[in-house]
Amino acid sequence: MDAMKLTLGPVLFNWPPGVWRDFYFRIADEAPVETVYLGEVICSKRLPFFETHLPDVAERLAAAGKTVVLSSLALVMNKRDARLVRDLAADENFMVEANDVSSVAHLAGRPHVIGPLMNVYNEDTMDVLAADGAVRFCLPPELPASRIEILAEHARRRGVETEVFAYGRAPLALSARCYHARIHGLAKDNCQFVCSRDPDGVSVTTLDEQPFMTVNGIQTLSHSLVNLAGDLRALRQMNVTHLRLSPRAGDMVAVAQTFRDTLDGVLCANEAFSRIVEMTPEIPPANGFFRESCGHNAVKP
Amino acid sequence: MTPDTALPELICPAGTPASLRSAVDAGADAVYCGFANETNARNFPGLNFGKEELAESIQHAHNKGAKVLVAINTFPQAGRTCLWKSSVDDAVEIGADALIVADIGLAAYVHRTHPDMRLHLSVQASASSPDTINYYRQRFDIKRVVLPRVLTLPEIAAINKEIDCETEVFVFGGLCVMAEGRCSLSSYATGKSPNMSGVCSPASHVRYEQNAVGDMTSRLGDFVINRFSKDEPAGYPTICKGRYKVDGKAAYIFEEPTSLNAVQMLPDLLKAGVTALKIEGRQRSRAYVAEVVSAFREAIDDHMGGRTPDLQRLIALTEGGRQTAGAYRKTWR
Repeated sequence: MDAMKLTLGPVLFNWPPGVWRDFYFRIADEAPVETVYLGEVICSKRLPFFETHLPDVAERLAAAGKTVVLSSLALVMNKRDARLVRDLAADENFMVEANDVSSVAHLAGRPHVIGPLMNVYNEDTMDVLAADGAVRFCLPPELPASRIEILAEHARRRGVETEVFAYGRAPLALSARCYHARIHGLAKDNCQFVCSRDPDGVSVTTLDEQPFMTVNGIQTLSHSLVNLAGDLRALRQMNVTHLRLSPRAGDMVAVAQTFRDTLDGVLCANEAFSRIVEMTPEIPPANGFFRESCGHNAVKP
Repeated sequence: MTPDTALPELICPAGTPASLRSAVDAGADAVYCGFANETNARNFPGLNFGKEELAESIQHAHNKGAKVLVAINTFPQAGRTCLWKSSVDDAVEIGADALIVADIGLAAYVHRTHPDMRLHLSVQASASSPDTINYYRQRFDIKRVVLPRVLTLPEIAAINKEIDCETEVFVFGGLCVMAEGRCSLSSYATGKSPNMSGVCSPASHVRYEQNAVGDMTSRLGDFVINRFSKDEPAGYPTICKGRYKVDGKAAYIFEEPTSLNAVQMLPDLLKAGVTALKIEGRQRSRAYVAEVVSAFREAIDDHMGGRTPDLQRLIALTEGGRQTAGAYRKTWR
């Protein structure tokens, strides 16, 4: 059985361009991940800020032996968004990750990745997309282990790869409305880029101040951090080929190293799970989706 | 498709055979409904149709000149896709006029197995751009797309210029503020997934608690969704309509508990090239369905006949009398 590979998902938050660049430079130099996804997935208005750094970052990552994949926008609503997706799909230098059906339409006929924000819930959908050139499927984060197992086995027989969302805030919803702007009493068209103030999103609590969700522009994510570090043996047995670590403000190199050490047998499941939790003691872990429970639940390995 | 002057189709919800008959009698051009299982996005206890029931209901609707559109619009679960496929086969067999699907694999199945069956793309597919709609059109020959509730009027008009299938839009009822088919808030809080099981914020996980001074707290799973003083009506704890805190300040972060009412935009929607107008609410009572459908029928007929429609009737039917034109007006965003 081949070893599972680690990938770093796209930065979903609006980080200052310099921070964004330096983050990836450090990933290039230090993080034990094989593949790095780059690009703006949430809001097309953010892209111009870091676009100038993209070539340097891609080059540095490639020089460090990482495979770079460009991620497409998740919710395409206007001509600017559509143009962005078309341009991205036309870039022959990189593999592209489709996060919306319109990008699949443009990518048909050449190898590409299906991102976690695409709805791939069954073998038939996988077959249609694979016939169009999809070579790897990052499955929806809400899928339980029993479904992942079936899909990963189907993928193996088809000769395509399966990626599972293994660490980070779980993406839960997208909307036409920008909640970040709404929270600040601003209109989306005049948002003043308030999302850039929150490198890890805005925390939304219940009325009793129990942390619940995280707002990132038009996206809603979990408050808890998905942590499948204790489930790697099960994932490997299912023939899952890739594990995705989703960047957040924090030490992603240390997160990647912990997953790497676990895959290499240096850490056991229990240690790995706890070590990841200890990095952010203020944020609860979650593996409920994988463990066939409520998504926010954490079942100790 | 470009606008035409034909009458818009009025598409009405039915959760039970009785509602279906009421909707048809009240002037629905078509009724949409689903089987009583996980294959449809309103999989609520006591709701929806068995095969025999649906066959009889379709017969009734056809006798009265109305169509029946069968929604098989959740995402088939890996290893269990037979349930969805046999639902498709059943709907075809009993004479459904169209199938409403969201999943790419299931659309491929319908197209391959029942090439003559009319296919509509569900709102759950979240097809918000011409490129996406054309993907489904070219691959699976969809005849109509139910547009997601995220688009503005000018965007709808622009889309209609770039696609060659019909568009259907929601005009009344519940309002999803998230992109439909792309939301797992419910499964995060309760383990019940809209996409996989057709369930959102399920009643089985709802609790109401009243304290000593009469305040009512609504919970979904482990989370407080809202709290009402004893003079306030306590609404249902749908996650995206809850009251939460940011930096300690309470607010409806996503959306107030309000319903969509786009009746005033009827002329603009038709000008934008929309073919069909859809009323949400398969979970609503027969009386509600009858009232909304007949009010909308009247509004459409008044508009087409050059008269000014009476809007008060529909406003009275919105959630707590609160309504929004939703994303159709750009300021909503």
